Amino acid sequence: MTEITTISGNRGLMLEEPLIFEQGCPGRIGVDIADPGPVDEDRLGGLARQGAIGLPDLSEPQMVRHYTRLSQKNYGIDSGFYPLGSCTMKHNPRLSEKMARIPGLTDLHPFQPQSTVQGALEVIDLLAHWLKGLAGMPALAMSPAAGAHGEWCGLMAIRAYHDDHGDSRRTRVLVPESAHGTNPATAAMCGYSVDPVPANERGRVDVAALKAKLGPDVACIMVTNPNTCGLFEDEILEIARITHDAGAFFYCDGANYNAIVGRVKVADLGIDAMHINLHKTFSTPHGGGGPGAGPTVLSAKLAPYAPLPFVVHGTDGLELVEHAEQAPGAKPFGRVKGYHGQFGVFVRALAYILSMGADGLRQTSSDAVLNANYLLASLKDVLSASFDGPCMHECLFDDRFLKDSGVTTLDFAKMLIDEGFHPMTMYFPLVVHGALLMEPTESEAKETLDGFIAVIRALAAKAKNSEAEAFKAAPRLTPRRRLDETLAARQPILRWKHGANAEG
Amino acid sequence: MSMYFTKDHEWIKVDGDTGVVGITAYAQHALGDIVYVEVPESGRELRLGGDAAVVESVKAASEVYSPVSGTVTAGNAVLADQPALVNESPEDQAWFFKLTLSNPTELEGLMDRAAYDEYVAGLE
Amino acid sequence: MRYLPHTEADRRAMLATIGARDVDCLFQDVPAAARLDQPIDLPAGQSEMAVERVFTRMAGKNLSAGCAPFFIGAGLYRHHVPAAVDQLLTRGEFLTSYTPYQPEVSQGTLQYLFEFQTQVAMITGMEVANASMYDGATACAEAAVMAARVTRKKKIVLSGNLHPHYVQTTETVTKHQGLEIEALAPDPFGFEDLMGRVDSRTACLIVQNPGFFGGIRDLTQLADACHEVGALLVVAVAEPVSLGLITPPGAMGADIVVAEGQSLGMGLQFGGPGLGLFATREKYVRQMPGRLCGQTVDQDGKRGFVLTLSTREQHIRREKATSNICTNSGLCALAFTMHLTLLGETGLTRLAKLNHAQAVRLEQSLRRVPGAKVISQTYFNEFALYLGDDVDAAEVVEKLAAKGILGGVAASRFYPHWPELRPILLLAATETNSQDDMAALVSALNEGL
Repeated sequence: MTEITTISGNRGLMLEEPLIFEQGCPGRIGVDIADPGPVDEDRLGGLARQGAIGLPDLSEPQMVRHYTRLSQKNYGIDSGFYPLGSCTMKHNPRLSEKMARIPGLTDLHPFQPQSTVQGALEVIDLLAHWLKGLAGMPALAMSPAAGAHGEWCGLMAIRAYHDDHGDSRRTRVLVPESAHGTNPATAAMCGYSVDPVPANERGRVDVAALKAKLGPDVACIMVTNPNTCGLFEDEILEIARITHDAGAFFYCDGANYNAIVGRVKVADLGIDAMHINLHKTFSTPHGGGGPGAGPTVLSAKLAPYAPLPFVVHGTDGLELVEHAEQAPGAKPFGRVKGYHGQFGVFVRALAYILSMGADGLRQTSSDAVLNANYLLASLKDVLSASFDGPCMHECLFDDRFLKDSGVTTLDFAKMLIDEGFHPMTMYFPLVVHGALLMEPTESEAKETLDGFIAVIRALAAKAKNSEAEAFKAAPRLTPRRRLDETLAARQPILRWKHGANAEG
Repeated sequence: MSMYFTKDHEWIKVDGDTGVVGITAYAQHALGDIVYVEVPESGRELRLGGDAAVVESVKAASEVYSPVSGTVTAGNAVLADQPALVNESPEDQAWFFKLTLSNPTELEGLMDRAAYDEYVAGLE
Repeated sequence: MRYLPHTEADRRAMLATIGARDVDCLFQDVPAAARLDQPIDLPAGQSEMAVERVFTRMAGKNLSAGCAPFFIGAGLYRHHVPAAVDQLLTRGEFLTSYTPYQPEVSQGTLQYLFEFQTQVAMITGMEVANASMYDGATACAEAAVMAARVTRKKKIVLSGNLHPHYVQTTETVTKHQGLEIEALAPDPFGFEDLMGRVDSRTACLIVQNPGFFGGIRDLTQLADACHEVGALLVVAVAEPVSLGLITPPGAMGADIVVAEGQSLGMGLQFGGPGLGLFATREKYVRQMPGRLCGQTVDQDGKRGFVLTLSTREQHIRREKATSNICTNSGLCALAFTMHLTLLGETGLTRLAKLNHAQAVRLEQSLRRVPGAKVISQTYFNEFALYLGDDVDAAEVVEKLAAKGILGGVAASRFYPHWPELRPILLLAATETNSQDDMAALVSALNEGL
């Protein structure tokens, strides 16, 4: 098929699309704007822009076609199965989008008088009520913008607690080797040094090693649960106990909370703080990289240190506390971002939560775990499972099944693209060789999984049947084939410049 | 001129109290296509085992540690524009920096070629 | 449940394949003491109709900006977002895709990020821009940390004209990173002396342009002063539409420009999500936080795009990363770039002129309010109005709201400890304001004062 060439470079429904900078024509416009009219005297202080900006001028039909064509070069959950481990690519309900576009919820300014935004504060408060209830935790910080931001919020609260108690010796944070990269990066941002904790042969935290590393200089541990191998930390109560005995806090990376939501309360696991990725567990769209939201639940000990702002119940309705002195007893560690949190994401997450309810959420985590175990059971004889089941919401394989085939994990994943699937997560977690991490989510029907399983089994057979060349050439049916990342990094071209970005 | 090696895959060629440092053929092979190198500026004081340079491939970044203590006399400016040289000529043209050794006895803790080759063979 | 495809028969069949009696068996690794046998004691799921009713009820308790004469800014501005932007934003291939780590199936996202980076670099007058941060405030904090990394110095000077949320966020982010913050007093009259604040220990000076209280400054000399002592000049822009009309920070010598991109494409959304813009000089690109998209070629030699220079980021560099940011504001960047594509050079310039003209008209209308005086010498589409020595602007705002007018923000909402700022009201005008809106504001102010 790849040998078919066309005059235009287009291939049927697969259309080539130049950069906007290559299709503008000065004087066109895509928005009608009223004539500014005469201004007697401007107030620019002599600082009016000199010279052109360089932006291209396009009309609306050109713009619509441009982005429509770009969208067709993307694979989304709406397109097909997206088993990207650790990323929770579940269906994004359209009701959430509709609710987020109600003018009375979206056309609001964060600095309107509070009497005019009681409904918006209610959205924040109601979502907070659900998140606290599901987690069983007494407090939370709503404003973090994403998972990593929530991690930082949690660690800042922990640090504020230690500082407030005159305990400045605690400078170390213990992080398992299988952790997301955000964990050590976050600890460093809080002025902590990072001390890795090894995993045991069952893919869990080595509790004896953890115990040996705990001491009066440890501020907290950061443990992902279920962990990045898709396994529940079955010794979690012991982990919490020895951590607390050492005077340290238990921060849980809640990236995988979707596996247990509605079935397990975070508070019952001895966790002191955990962020909740609304864009994972509560199904707000990933949007090609964001926005997300990372509200962070906090234990009673950490609650006073929650950052500004927060919503409280006042005498005249809901009140938004923007300054510490408005809330007696509060010792906020600061402010984590502008305004009042990812409100648009809150609306979407709340719509999902209200749709599912406590019963639906329990079913959600049950089905997510069921699907992952079904994949594991259906594939473990042809792939190499890194750990015995049951797994939680995702299953982990390594590249032992590709030994001597000449095919790598990367090749295997790229072959899946030609088969119409988004690849699984590759080479993460780092604790196994050539990782393939699959997270099917609860959104997938059995027949979708069966189709995927059939393809994987056939590909595994192909790989073992010394057809490495075909894998190396994949993908062949995409708008672009494998891209030269080495060239991109050696000679970075990070923007369009006139005459410098010729179409290859 | 003698050549010594570290367990972190740096090499150092020594002539009197002058040393030239780079990374080994094994190291560049393990990293893959090198896309970026950052070398220390002249005058920087380095200590044995301390961070001295950075070498990056597309998916990995590695610190290069100084095999000995000393003062940098030159960084190899060519590598900024031609990081691929590390892949092509790791133990010759793609030297990272030159330094004046402050404590030549530190060389005694390093491996010679035969010992390094044996060490590498044990890693595979 | 409408989002869950399995039938009970499916579940039974799958459990049989797994060899598990029931789903509870799959949760065997959860300590028994923590396993819940029943759903958590919260309401059960609801139909679309029922959920819509809940949100419609909550929406009804708000006074939305479009239903009132509206003059609030203070870092977020109400602009008309063309219909095509939101229509295209909901295309599932954009909305429901992940970070473009697999470039062959993400050329759509990658190409718009490349275009976005170019547009941001162009409007700010800088060389390179990243693929977005959370918002203007966090981008500002990241700039402070980056400046310290570049200069290996520790002192960060924050202008009194920098948005207070940017100040507070920067203070919080840098708290435990060994940096020293010198935040200057709020500066509504534009009197502060920044030249005298920069010395050999300074990593960067952060100023906002137009300032929080409206003023537009020529930063050229400040940039020179910073560069003379080895410091960087960081410029924050809260209203990117202003860049269609005023000299961009890059042309005045800025080393890093951070901005809030919300003005284009997104609407107000009660302040979130925002869109952090981050641009700098090419020589500092490896010290930059956040994702970067770059051009390359594919196996057949065709132009394509990939995420690049990733070794700066947390998933590779871990504790030595330039930032811990992972999820950013991808879809907001798409909204921004789509709106800016529709505007183009002609549209952005005209929109900026219209905004400025509206603000000038508003100032002229306010001359009819006795005792009130615009104190910003220069401004773009927002200025500070001094209401009179004994007037509490916060009370005025409440009185206006009671009349159905969203008439700006009192400076005291941000600076409760500065009594001298109590009479100051921040007022913004954009293309969304009508003459009637302005007349309503003026007449209400005359009645209320």
